Amino acid sequence: MSNVIGIGAAPKRKEDQRFLTGRGNYVSDIKIPGMTAGVFVRSPHGHAVLRGIDKTAALALPGVIAILTGEDVAADGLGTLPCGWGISNAQGVPMKEPPFPVLAQGKVRFVGDMVALVIAETPEQANAAADLLDIDYEVLPAVVGVLDAVAPGAPQLFDDIPNNICCDWELGDKAAVEAAFRKAAHIAKLSLVNNRLIGNPMEPRAAVADYNPGTGQHALWTTSQFPHVVRTLMSGLVLKVPEHKVRVVAPDVGGGFGVKQFHYGEEAALAWAAKRVMRPVKWVASRSEGYLSDRHGRDHVTEAELALDETGKFLAFRVKTLANMGGYLSTFGPNIPTNLYAPLLGGVYTTPAIYCNVKVVFTNTVPVDAYRGAGRPEATFVLERMVDVAAAEMGIDRVEIRRRNMIPKEAYPYQTPVLVQYDSGDPMGCLDGALAAADVAGFGARKAESARRGKFRGLGYSTYVEACGLAPSRFAGRLGARGGLYESATVRVHPGGQVTVLIGTHNHGQGHETTFAQIVSEKLGVAFDNVDIVFGDTDRVQFGMGTYGSRSLVVGGAALSKAADKVIVKGKKIAAHLLETSEQDIHFEAGKFSVAGTDRVKTFEEIAGAAYVPHNYPLEVLEPGLEEQAYYDPVNFTYPGGCHICEVEIDPETGVVQLLNYTAVDDVGTVINPMIVEGQLHGGIVQGVGQALFENAVYDDGSGQLLSGSLMDYCMPRADHMPMMNIATHSTLCTHTPMGVKGCGEVGTIGSPAAVINAVVDALSHLGVTHVDMPATPNRIWRLLQNASLPIAAE
Amino acid sequence: MQISFILNGRPTSVEVEPSMLVADLLREQLDLTGTHVGCDTSQCGACVVHLDGVPVKSCTLLAPALDGATLLTIEGLQGEPGSNRLHPMQEAFREHHGLQCGFCTPGMLMTAIALAQDKPNLTEAEVRHGLEGNICRCTGYQNIVVAVMAGAAAMHAAGGE
Ligand code: FES
Ligand code: FES
Repeated sequence: MSNVIGIGAAPKRKEDQRFLTGRGNYVSDIKIPGMTAGVFVRSPHGHAVLRGIDKTAALALPGVIAILTGEDVAADGLGTLPCGWGISNAQGVPMKEPPFPVLAQGKVRFVGDMVALVIAETPEQANAAADLLDIDYEVLPAVVGVLDAVAPGAPQLFDDIPNNICCDWELGDKAAVEAAFRKAAHIAKLSLVNNRLIGNPMEPRAAVADYNPGTGQHALWTTSQFPHVVRTLMSGLVLKVPEHKVRVVAPDVGGGFGVKQFHYGEEAALAWAAKRVMRPVKWVASRSEGYLSDRHGRDHVTEAELALDETGKFLAFRVKTLANMGGYLSTFGPNIPTNLYAPLLGGVYTTPAIYCNVKVVFTNTVPVDAYRGAGRPEATFVLERMVDVAAAEMGIDRVEIRRRNMIPKEAYPYQTPVLVQYDSGDPMGCLDGALAAADVAGFGARKAESARRGKFRGLGYSTYVEACGLAPSRFAGRLGARGGLYESATVRVHPGGQVTVLIGTHNHGQGHETTFAQIVSEKLGVAFDNVDIVFGDTDRVQFGMGTYGSRSLVVGGAALSKAADKVIVKGKKIAAHLLETSEQDIHFEAGKFSVAGTDRVKTFEEIAGAAYVPHNYPLEVLEPGLEEQAYYDPVNFTYPGGCHICEVEIDPETGVVQLLNYTAVDDVGTVINPMIVEGQLHGGIVQGVGQALFENAVYDDGSGQLLSGSLMDYCMPRADHMPMMNIATHSTLCTHTPMGVKGCGEVGTIGSPAAVINAVVDALSHLGVTHVDMPATPNRIWRLLQNASLPIAAE
Repeated sequence: MQISFILNGRPTSVEVEPSMLVADLLREQLDLTGTHVGCDTSQCGACVVHLDGVPVKSCTLLAPALDGATLLTIEGLQGEPGSNRLHPMQEAFREHHGLQCGFCTPGMLMTAIALAQDKPNLTEAEVRHGLEGNICRCTGYQNIVVAVMAGAAAMHAAGGE
């Protein structure tokens, strides 16, 4: 059939028309008759005993309907917010898992911890009541940094968790690493901080809850990346109502980046409150409220050591990290700095022995969880910085030392010493492609030109790999996952041959409505315009794990591909009947079922019609209708990777780092829609640049106040921070996903911070600078230059 | 108080609280939810509309300021209500993949159209500078910049807005 738009094409996006014309349907756009306004009252203290709450004055205000607190939560028997991963130490001792109540009980543990939910007729009335709520706090000293939190005498968040350590986790062969270090010709060391980030999707979180006493049904519209998971966790573990009595809808969602892939207390509180007050309740976070309650990302303090032989071959890598969890365990919290971090410390290199120890630490800060890349940017940053440090110390060229240690293309599949086995890749090919694209050969001349203007120019490399497509359930289960990580898709063929896909992933900017339609169009030969993708509603879509960890195409797309295959299988049976031949003789291609070697043909539409009007149909052996469902559980992660090269210029007068060129050559496997892939890479890279140069979530020690609590204090990348990026792909095909896809949502954010900081350090290396912590703000660089210039001047 | 203004080409009269913000008036009272609110510090630009042809952040403007003025929102860009035809700038954003989640898009479009109106031949640097008050977390801006330049050229080829 005509108008097939398949794999590798770049049609314009189906979702664009509604967004371009202001017709998107975001949670904050929703209105329900009788709707009330919910406002959360949050702790202004980082650490305090909650002695009592006097609601009297607040309740007396006009329009106030209810004020709910932790006592009400306890009285109604609600469960606490579950953590989806249970990690253990090397001896098998499980992590410490303190209860995370929906509304605070007994104590508050971070600024923003929820203390009460005020419900009123209007948001203004609810805010006025929130202001009048009389809350008696006994303020305690707060601890915000991981080093302070594990120090003797530090404030303790939980009485039964000594030194605030949730888990002392490790991975790798410690003895082998020690042996390798003993015979090393050179040992390079590096201490670094991976800065704390706030994800900042442009749409603030929001939710609307409703309850129908006639049916006993809860409904929740929420800004979520995984509505089915919210339903499962919230119904079974928090509200304790049967899952089929809860509908969760995540309509258009304005960006996620991980921030919206957790089950938040606000969701459960609103769903519970809507039933208590028998009215719909709507809550929309302000940006500032988001800063105090959206889960944060990163926040590691790390010491790394690399053992090398005299030729610069890596012998062993040892990494010790303290990872900040914040005040409680969020949905994926403890999984991020452990299972999604340490297994990536091998990178694209043949390092034979790796050991990693991670202390997962509670502090009086917002809970920390996945943010785009989640663990893998942290691993890449440690490793790629370490490689540069070692190269400089041993006097080996930075590209050369990478080449000497890279896994050759022929060595795939490659088993690393830290659990994961890379199925495919060509890091050398990506490196070569990027070196050419970035005109590295011409860098010397450009640097000299900068120097003539009194500027320092630097070049930085990052050759990296990541693990995504979360995840093989069995593997994840061994690592502590408490759920499965498959995906599901239904292909519903309508009587006219058009197709609706119901899929468990969630589209919040990634272009799934377009990419998935291309897959169906190609596989079934149906016109691209005749395929629609439905997602985000637990009452419409069977089940699904949602969108995170670059899994939608890899896992969801695979389920979709399988379901489409089942449609073809059934279609062949119908065609065989209609064409009076055997099923084996039917050939399906480009939307046509034909009898091999003849001109006898039935179109896809004719088969769909016959399935729904089964007058001439093998009813004895085949059910009518044409709708198939598939679940897909991957056998391995996928391993996208690539090479990023960043070129910066630093103004020594001001300390400003200007990004001049950015080149990325990435291996993302099969590309379904190159336009969309490029857009994902652009966005991902700029988020990584944000981490490297601008973004930093800063807390005040002692009080636990968030100092970077608004867009005025937390610097987000703007249009004029970036040059035009130069993006290309150099793909090897994944050997175990149905279409060879690897995923591309996070690669940009994973590869870029190290490329940028390596460029910054390179620009300053003539001054003896060997490391710069992120973000490399003008202030930080300028101070470095002031300190560095003294001994240089004295020489 | 009662205010009267031209909203997307149509005379409109509404009763408002003097302290009401234009963004809230549009979204809550007039059900025009295309204008988005992404922050509370006038930084993100998701809320940009045109007041008498000038781009303004509707989250920072009080409703009484509309009295007697002309207001254009994202919903009014296509001209005739119900028309499926896109404004050249909307078309350019679609053509160049200048949007992902769509949340910043209405504000980006309104800012971009105003930029293009003032300057027929926008350079990349001018576009990047001109978008300083609009934050996008998804696109990395590259395709937005390309789209704005293309959209500006198309607007002028079509003879203005
Ligand atoms: S909502 Fe107006 S600038 Fe952010
Ligand atoms: S497209 Fe999502 S914020 Fe710009």
